[in-house]
This record gives sequence, C-alpha cells and structure tokens, in this order.
Amino acid sequence: MLKINNLHARVEDKEILKGINLTVNAGEVHAIMGPNGSGKSTLAAVIAGKEEFEITKGEVFLEGENLEDTSPEDRAHKGIFLSFQYPVEIPGVSVTNFMKTAINESRKAKGLEDMPAKDMLKLIREKSELLEIDRKFLSRSLNEGFSGGEKKRNEIFQMAMLEPKLAILDETDSGLDIDALRIVANGVNKLKSKDNAVIVITHYQRLLEYIVPDFVHVLHNGKIVKSGTKDLALELEEKGYDWLKQETVI
Amino acid sequence: MAYTEEELKKELETKEYEYGFYTDIESDTFPNGLNEEIVIAISKKKEEPEWMTLWRLQSFKIWKDMVEPEWANVKYKKPDFQAISYYSAPNKKPKYESLDEVDPELLDTFKKLGISLDEQKKLAGVAVDIVMDSVSVATTFKKTLAEKGIIFCSISEAIKEHPELVKKYIGSVVPQKDNFYAALNSAVFSDGSFCYIPKGVRCPMELSTYFRINQAGTGQFERTLVIADEGSYVSYLEGCTAPSRDENQLHAAVVELIALDDAEIKYSTVQNWFPGNKEGQGGVFNFVTKRGLCEKNAKISWTQVETGSAVTWKYPSCILKGDNSIGEFYSIAVTNNYQQADTGTKMIHLGKNTRSTIISKGISAGKSQNSYRGLVQVNSRAENARNFSQCDSLLMGNECGAHTFPYIEVKNKSAQIEHEATTSKIGEDQIFYCNQRGINTEKAIALIVNGFSKEVLNKLPMEFAVEAQKLLEISLEGSVG
Ligand SMILES: Nc1ncnc2c1ncn2[C@@H]1O[C@H](COP(=O)(O)OP(=O)(O)O)[C@@H](O)[C@H]1O
Ligand SMILES: [Mg+2]
Repeated sequence: MLKINNLHARVEDKEILKGINLTVNAGEVHAIMGPNGSGKSTLAAVIAGKEEFEITKGEVFLEGENLEDTSPEDRAHKGIFLSFQYPVEIPGVSVTNFMKTAINESRKAKGLEDMPAKDMLKLIREKSELLEIDRKFLSRSLNEGFSGGEKKRNEIFQMAMLEPKLAILDETDSGLDIDALRIVANGVNKLKSKDNAVIVITHYQRLLEYIVPDFVHVLHNGKIVKSGTKDLALELEEKGYDWLKQETVI
Repeated sequence: MAYTEEELKKELETKEYEYGFYTDIESDTFPNGLNEEIVIAISKKKEEPEWMTLWRLQSFKIWKDMVEPEWANVKYKKPDFQAISYYSAPNKKPKYESLDEVDPELLDTFKKLGISLDEQKKLAGVAVDIVMDSVSVATTFKKTLAEKGIIFCSISEAIKEHPELVKKYIGSVVPQKDNFYAALNSAVFSDGSFCYIPKGVRCPMELSTYFRINQAGTGQFERTLVIADEGSYVSYLEGCTAPSRDENQLHAAVVELIALDDAEIKYSTVQNWFPGNKEGQGGVFNFVTKRGLCEKNAKISWTQVETGSAVTWKYPSCILKGDNSIGEFYSIAVTNNYQQADTGTKMIHLGKNTRSTIISKGISAGKSQNSYRGLVQVNSRAENARNFSQCDSLLMGNECGAHTFPYIEVKNKSAQIEHEATTSKIGEDQIFYCNQRGINTEKAIALIVNGFSKEVLNKLPMEFAVEAQKLLEISLEGSVG
C-alpha cells in the first residue's frame, strides 16, 4: 500500500525528516509514536503532499506509484486521507456542503457524475449515525466554534464519508473524552478492512487499546528509531521516551 | 492607471473597428462633446415633452459649474467629457452573424455561467431568430403585471405615457445638483427603467429576471426610477451576471427608489462590467448614484454583488425619513488584478425608531484595492435610531489592499450604533485542508469565498444567488498560484 524509502524533508533550512523508511501493507494498522517535535505531523503532511515541505531525498510510493509529482488533491483522489492534528476553520461553509464538494470533486476526477442528492443524504445519514453525530451539527460552519473533541470527531466523520485506502490519524485522540474516544475508535474499526490501511499517530497507549496496531514505530528527531509490535507501546507508556533517546545517541 | 488618454482613445477606436459597426453608426451618432445644443438634441431625438427638455438643460447648467470629486480612494485618468459622444441610436443591427465570430473567452464565460445558447447570442450581439422562448415568456409576464396595475417600462416610455409620475418623482431622491455624475446623468441620460407598483399590490414576480435578455446593452447613462406606492412590495433585479463588454469607458447611472408608507422595495444588483485586462488596461469606470427614500414604516434593501469595472464608485443609500422605517445594505465587492472599488452606503436616519443594517463583504485579489466607505447619520429628531454595521474583508495574496472608512454622525443621544470590522486572509492551511479532501485550489478558493459571502448571497433571490456564486468563482479564477 504505502512504501517510504529513505525520506528526507525540510522546511526552509531546517531538516525535519532525516531518512524515514516505512512499509505499510493493506489490512495493517501502524502506530507512530514519539515525543513532541519529532516530526510525526511533518511525515503525515509530506505523505499527503503538502508543498511547504521540500523533499531532498527519498521517495513515497502508493500502491507502487511514485507520488513525487502528484498534487495533494490527486493524492486524496487516490485514497490518501489525513485526519488533521489541528483541523482548520472555514467560516460560512457547512460540514455538509464541504463534504458534498469533496465527494463530487473526487468523483469528477474519476470521470463520474455528481453523486445524486438522494445517495448523498443516505450516506450522510449512515455515517453520522456511525459516529453518533447530531444532524444539526452538520449544518454548522466547518470547525468554526467546534470544541477540540467535536473537531476530531468531525475529521473521522469525513474519513467515513470518503472511505480512503490509507488513513493517517494525527493525534485524533487528543481532545477526546473517554466516551468520544470509544465512539471514534469504534468508527475507525468498522471502516477497517483487508483492503485499506491505517496509520495512527499518538502519544498515548490509551487509543491503541481500542485501535489495536499490528506495528508500532517510534519517531525521534526525524528518524524511526525503533519498531515493534503493540508491546512496544506498553513499554513506552511505562518507561517514557528517554531510554530510546539515549539509545540513539550511542 | 497604467495607460494614457491617447492609448485609451486608440483602444476605443480599435474596439469599435473590431466590432465592425463604426461606419454604420456614424450617421446616427452625435459629434463628440457636450453643450446645450447636444442636450436639446438628445431630448428631441427621444421625442420628449418640453418639461423634460428644460429639466435636462437645468441639470446641464448645474453640471457645468461642478468639478469631478476626488475624495474616493481610487486613482484613474479622468475622462475627457468633451471627447465623448452623448448619443448613439440604439444598435439595431446585430454585431455578428453567428456565435463563431464572438470572442471565445466571452463564450467560455457564458458557458460557465450556464447561460442558454439563445441567450448567449443575444448577449453577445449575435443575430437571433424571432421565435425565442423568452420573448413569449416576457409577453405573458407583462400581461400579469398589467392586470395588477403595475407599470414596468423604459423610462423614455414612462416620460411619454406617465408624465405625472415621472415629473413628480424624478430628481426627488437624487437631486440634479447632488453630485457631479448625477448632474451629468440628469442632463444626458440615455434610457433606463421605470416601475410603479400601485397601493397595496404585491408584485407577483422578481422584476426583470425574465427580462434579462431584453435589458442587455443598456446605455452609458442609465436612469432608473422605482416607485412603490403605500403598502406595496416589489423585488427588483438589476444587471446581469453575463460579462458586459461595453465599449463605453464611462458609466454614470442614477437609480432612485421611493417607498411610500408601509411599502417595501428589494433592489438586487449584479454588476459585471468589463474590469480591464490582467495588466489593468481598458475596463469600465462605473460611477453610480443610487438612493432610496423610505416613508413611514417603509423598508428598502439594497443587495449588490460587484465583480466588474476597472473603477467603481458606488454608495447605494437610504433616507429613513418616515418613523419606523428600515434601511438595509448587503454588499459583496470583489476586486482582482488592477481593479479599484470604493463602495459602501449611507444610512440617513431622520424619523423615529428607524433602523438600518449594513453588511459589507470585500474580497480583494491580485493588485486590486477595495474600499468600504459608509456613513451612518442620526438626525437630532430621530429618537431611538439603531444601526448595525459589519464590514469584513478577505484578502488573497500580499499585493492587494482592503480599506474601511466608517463615518458615524450622531445628533441624538438615544441612538444605538454598533460597528464591527474584520480582515482575514485565505490561509495556506485552509487551502491545504481542502486539497487534502480532494478539492483543488481553484475550487477551494471558491468555497471559502462563498462561505465568506454567505450572509449576503442569502439575501439574493434564489436563482440570482446561484448565478452570483458562479460569478464569484469566475471573477477570482487564477487569482492564486
Ligand atoms: N512550517 C514549519 N516551519 C518551521 N518549522 C517547522 C514547520 N513545521 C514543523 N516544524 C518543526 O519541525 C519539527 C517537527 O514538527 P512536527 O512534525 O509538528 O512534530 P510532531 O508532530 O512530532 O510534534 C518541530 O521542531 C517543528 O517546530
Ligand atoms: Mg504533531
């Protein structure tokens, strides 16, 4: 599904990613953990094609295709979805209208007609039920005045609507209380299949109790310094990141 | 402005040549320049009664002694008023034989706006078959209007058929001496619309939607007069989302609205004059005077979407004369490339318990300058007057400008005035967020701009709103990376 080779990326003169290697197969869940500022969000943004970051070395492949010259919107059309750590506000644009536009733009890219209103409504109903979202919420301006938790839940609602092949969830758990966390995790699990993959970026073991990863990677200072199974997450929870930091220095 | 008078003239000439009616029209076009003879000749050509001729002459005298205003935040080369021809016979001859001859860029825009083929032809000045759906539609609607006693015709026709109404109201809201352009318009106005709604009648349709085609190609000095008699209601649509490529550099229209006791007038405008090319050359100068008078319990709402013109100078205003009267102004002004707009409103509170609302949305892109200028004036007798103003600016890129000039004059202590202003920029993060959801940058900008303008778009009649949305999209095309 996703293959990243020796990826280096920088912004202005600052090198942030310093040689990332990662392979994610269909049907897998990967967790990426690591201290603040280690480059997790940058990695997510680079996979999604944010042009602000310059790739100085290495490459990203999606289903065998080099994404080098693929625009962010085309990556989205190919099935990459990013649940943002900090979702942005778009005043005056309702969640429904935003989703309608997103879905129809993707369809257009595939040479399909706009989704009929009837189907759109059905889809919205189904997915908002899955994530226990009040329908009134969908008529509000996108992320404007949303609480932290509402923003995150809305990100996952969008993911459910778009049914991506590769979903990257960047600290989706932060800002969620325990009930919301359960709902969101449940939603993600229901959408999981043998044909898609999920990358979960988190600080905490907590989310990983609900979305159980096949692999856990620790990102530190722009590099994956350790990979393992879900037990690694538990170990990190216990010991913190310091022992890994020391390991890398040596 | 980046061009000289000479270049301007040359461009006008080449355009006329290009459009191929230069020689045809010669015999029916007055020589350049303005003097009393020309004013008289215009009036005569239009077969006007003497009182109208005198009114025009009086206006001309006033205009001669006035100077062009300079206070607006716009820079342009002043037109040479003696270099303009003030009368051209209506252009009866089609400019083109088929659509193939029309500028493809213009046709492309028509297509994007979803304008029907027949209408495209008419708007571009292509010869059309006599049988056209809209003609019969127009006749049907004219009949419905007549049954209700509604008069809707050209101002020239009204001067002849309904002199008592025109005489009573023309210049009553915008006096001849009001300003330089209004005086000029009063002297030489070419044509325009007249509308009268009798007492207690609710006009059953949006006026002029169905007449859009027939309204295309109105002149340089347009004059509109709308009278809503006691307890009546009318929604009036002006303009056209289709781009108007007029060869006339200067446009100076006057619109007067009169809402008598308990009457309501909704006046919506979509203005899309040629804004000049990407380098800022050519384009229409649009200097408009629009004003409405509200008697007791009356209400006037101005809604406008301004995307065109090189230079726009426009302040639709309300005089809230009657007690409990209401004035509203909802505006979206878009400027791109080298466009300059100085627009806003004046709310003059004279009566008791008068209320006004101002919502202004300015969107600037390219190297354009977009100014809001608003005056809220509360007279000493206007007890309990209230105003709410909100001016939001949206900037795209670093080379454009947004400016807000709110003037507030309050002479009554009971007044409540609220003013809010915001300036925001379309952020890279907003764009990337949309991109990530599969929405390309162009579409993302359209989405963000539509969201920003929503409060105003919502005030437009439904079908107009849909067109206006598309128009915003087209106006901002190519404005970001
Ligand atoms: N646009 C940017 N400009 C400058 N520095 C940036 C930018 N984006 C991220 N960084 C820096 O890159 C490092 C990694 O950031 P980030 O990827 O957000 O880390 P994480 O998500 O792991 O907390 C941090 O030091 C951050 O300050
Ligand atoms: Mg982060």
